[in-house]
Amino acid sequence: MSATIKIQRGAEFTRILGLGVARGELAVTNDEIAGPIDSSDEWIRSRTGIVTRVRAVPETGVIDLAEKAARQAIENAGIDASQIDAILLSTITYPHLAAAGAPVIADRLGLTVPAHDIRAACAGYCYGIGQADAMVRAGSAQYVLVIGAEKLSDFIDPTDRSISFLLGDGAGAVVVGPSDFPGIGPTVAGTDGSGAPLVAESNTWLDIRDDPSLPFPTLRQEGPSVFKWASFKLAPVAREAIERAGLTPEDIDAFIPHQANIRIIEQMVKQIGLPESVIIAKDIVDSGNTSAASIPLATERLYRDGLVKSGDIALQIGFGAGLAYAAQVIVLP
Amino acid sequence: MALSNDEVLAGLAEIVAEETGIDAADVQLDKSFTDDLDIDSLSMMTIVTLAEEKFDVRIPDEEVKNLVTVGDAVSYIAGAQA
Repeated sequence: MSATIKIQRGAEFTRILGLGVARGELAVTNDEIAGPIDSSDEWIRSRTGIVTRVRAVPETGVIDLAEKAARQAIENAGIDASQIDAILLSTITYPHLAAAGAPVIADRLGLTVPAHDIRAACAGYCYGIGQADAMVRAGSAQYVLVIGAEKLSDFIDPTDRSISFLLGDGAGAVVVGPSDFPGIGPTVAGTDGSGAPLVAESNTWLDIRDDPSLPFPTLRQEGPSVFKWASFKLAPVAREAIERAGLTPEDIDAFIPHQANIRIIEQMVKQIGLPESVIIAKDIVDSGNTSAASIPLATERLYRDGLVKSGDIALQIGFGAGLAYAAQVIVLP
Repeated sequence: MALSNDEVLAGLAEIVAEETGIDAADVQLDKSFTDDLDIDSLSMMTIVTLAEEKFDVRIPDEEVKNLVTVGDAVSYIAGAQA
């Protein structure tokens, strides 16, 4: 070896510098969707906690939602868009096979920075935070834009009783950057691919190629099995995220889980053993399940309701199709 | 040592009572979880999970739909213990 490669180092600490969100324009009530699934407002509320789910109008695409949230996050971070070094977009609803959505967002922001999509469904936002934290500390980027954006209403079946009635549209974005104090704890993440069929599309593209009479693919889930996994298997993941951040449950100000189902959220709180003092994010009641967007949307809701403030410590955990999960403790921007 | 059916029933009734608020005395072998006890699919999954922990057995998700009555669950748990 004749020469030594020079490496780069980044900031010692990182934090979330700013948050932005975009919600679908329409608040869709349970009564509006109950008919085709032979259900009722009471049935949907008791099993999911959802009163309305926000959905975007046809003209609003997933990239539009992402761009709106991104611009707001950049503004709230107090930086200029030109300072963004990388973009991570978590989505399962960007309707293209080849190119990712993140480069399109970069282009709309006037950037040519590295930009790619994360495919970890409802866990994707927390995967993105973990990756952005690592990138900034490693010095491969100074400011990373992390976006969770979904237009799930493009992939629902009004007659499906398993998941469609839960789903909404929206986007949440944050800027992760250098900090003079630790603002993002270690990310605890993993997968259980044996559970891949539990949340999936009704038909794959190849199924439809081979039998064109099959309908457009829409989302499906094995609800009770997903409920059992999320409610009972992920509490140790959440507890590990707290422990690896050097904290105890008593240090947590707010719990911001993926907004999948109020019953999952309530069971998780019990299983993790969070004290009653912890604020629990329940944006699902009004926004529905927005997959990768749900955690930042729920975070924004907590600010708006005056339940959290900058500097509070939040435990966030994403989980869903894959099966994939990721959790970390963060300092709220 | 494996528990008797009566012991499994008593333990299961405790779990059902805790999860749903139903009086443990109403959790009887011939009662249907859904039709008689009004337990929905998510509560059923919670009961199954808590029963797995309490009785140290595994109840696969695909088996849960076959547990129509309390008696079905007691038999399954007692059999899985043996």
